Amino acid sequence: MTAPLLEVRDLTKAFVVERSLLGAQRATLRAVHNVSFAMAPGETLGIVGESGCGKTTLGRLILRLLEPTEGHIRFDGQDITHFSHRQMRGLRQDIQVVFQDPFSSLNPRLTVRAIIGEPLSNFGFSAAEITRRVGEVMEVVGLQPDTMDRNPHAFSGGQRQRIGIARALALRPKLIVCDEAVSALDVSIQAQILNLLADIQQEFGLTLLFISHNLGVIRHVSHRIAVMYLGEIVELATERDLFENPLHPYTRALISAVPEADIHERTERVPLDGEIPSPVNPPPGCPFHTRCPIARPRCGTELPDYREWSPGRMVRCHFPGEALPTFAETATERALP
Amino acid sequence: MSAREPLLKVDGLTVEFATLRHRLKVLEDVSLTVHPGEIVGLVGESGSGKSVTAMSVMGLLPDIARVAGGSIGFDGAELTGLSRKAMREMRGRDMAMIFQEPMTSLNPVHTVSFQIGEVLVEHFGATPAQAHAKAVELMAAVGIPDAARRALDYPHQLSGGMRQRVMIAMAVACQPKLLLADEPTTALDVTIQAQILDLMRSLRDQFNMAILMITHDLGVIAQMAERVVVMYAGQVVEEGTAAQIFDQPAHPYTRLLIRSIPSARHKSARLDAIPGSTPSAHAFPQGCRFHPRCPEAVDRCRTETQALHALPEGRSSRCWRSLEALQDAVAAS
Repeated sequence: MTAPLLEVRDLTKAFVVERSLLGAQRATLRAVHNVSFAMAPGETLGIVGESGCGKTTLGRLILRLLEPTEGHIRFDGQDITHFSHRQMRGLRQDIQVVFQDPFSSLNPRLTVRAIIGEPLSNFGFSAAEITRRVGEVMEVVGLQPDTMDRNPHAFSGGQRQRIGIARALALRPKLIVCDEAVSALDVSIQAQILNLLADIQQEFGLTLLFISHNLGVIRHVSHRIAVMYLGEIVELATERDLFENPLHPYTRALISAVPEADIHERTERVPLDGEIPSPVNPPPGCPFHTRCPIARPRCGTELPDYREWSPGRMVRCHFPGEALPTFAETATERALP
Repeated sequence: MSAREPLLKVDGLTVEFATLRHRLKVLEDVSLTVHPGEIVGLVGESGSGKSVTAMSVMGLLPDIARVAGGSIGFDGAELTGLSRKAMREMRGRDMAMIFQEPMTSLNPVHTVSFQIGEVLVEHFGATPAQAHAKAVELMAAVGIPDAARRALDYPHQLSGGMRQRVMIAMAVACQPKLLLADEPTTALDVTIQAQILDLMRSLRDQFNMAILMITHDLGVIAQMAERVVVMYAGQVVEEGTAAQIFDQPAHPYTRLLIRSIPSARHKSARLDAIPGSTPSAHAFPQGCRFHPRCPEAVDRCRTETQALHALPEGRSSRCWRSLEALQDAVAAS
């Protein structure tokens, strides 16, 4: 790999959820635990997992909207882990974000010109220059520049997400964190936005950290993918390796649970009982052992190492790649006419 | 399908919303049938009218809404024009509904056992003790571990997946003939969604309960439904068996919608996005309502109102070119 643009090492975030009267910490919620990965320039890394797995917290740590409890974040050769608010303002030129909800993430009182132009005005661009750049970037994302004096409510959901992307692009950043950026959109619009992101990545050589719960979307956009469970990365691999030959039992269960829009794709689902344990006082040992179909006594006591299985391929499991029981869907076989 | 009488027969349903300035036709000429024990998928994007259709069947339309035409036949009775009281008796007993967000559908100040049992007290005159015992039994049946203890929990003490199981337990308490499920798994994680879908299928098998599954998720539809009704802009645009809809869609909207979904089974190079956005009821286009977004639209599509019409093998479509498209597809294969 060329010099990584972003490097995260042993990143941990714990939230104190309960204090005693004297202020001692009683309970902590471990949102992100010992997460490490690196991203090459121009790469899309997908972060996938279910609710509460820590994927959004991870994104916020990298954006430095949250203060890490432990670990390091290096961006473009600098250690930014403890950058001050002021130092981070300088970095905002290079790291931007697109959020999920195009309805609540745009200020309804501002015009689109002001919304997209805000980051530019923070960096001292002149009014004329802002208008020029806003028009340019609106064209890039497929919006009519002559609509820049309207308010967000005049736009549809898909167009609002284009506004959010235009705003992230305005400063020509190196890295964009997309946090569930297409999850609130109808599928026909989602496809437009995914195509747009692919186009602008190509055009500007952008690096994308793409956070989503949707495995189809993650597979489509990502070069490499990290699967998170209860704050940990349990597996990290290329898109092809992860989907064609998943090693971690959680990855396999997750992929097998996706309902495909194809009546001939009724795969043997890996049965996964129970629910994700609470990240407050998580179980000892492997975080997945309470639901894992192949868990053994060791899994309940000893946290597996995050180890390199093959070059560039990481997994955190004592028994990666071991055969799993499947759950023949005979009982629920449908009678197709 | 069989020649049996359908359990639910919605025919030409038209619903208007009256606002201060407008009278909006949010549903126009919607027809669909559900047979006993059948799982029918009702799919569409936001604003397509799928939820309004479900609300009309349940008699839960908001006050500003009015059924302006058509009929809703259920189990031999006509539901449009039924009194609130008669509708209330029907709901819960013969027909039940589950919603997307189980938290907002459950009452936060009552235990889950009370809420599941309430319907039995209401419709069958069960005593509170009988209702509680039955509630515990139902909770165990829908896969809630340690049901006797969880029965005394309040909704906020349960996870999202468990709340949806409670909603399902409530819905099936009276063994309804029809379950309307409006985005029942949309708020759930994918591994929990798979559990809930399995549960719904097994309840259907056990009780021969018909399910009208309303969702935007074609994946859920493909895995669950035997027949599929596709809605767009307040109208049904296509109807057929799951095999017909997914393997050989007749309407361009269905075809494009299926192709716009990124698959987890194979890597797609570029998605076939549908240009433009879904129209709102304020501005449904003239002619075919899909024509502004349809890559195959010609003049006739822009000017001529399209009706849902029958095609071979029991399916139907609102696109006048569907027959031709199907014949071409057969010739090409």
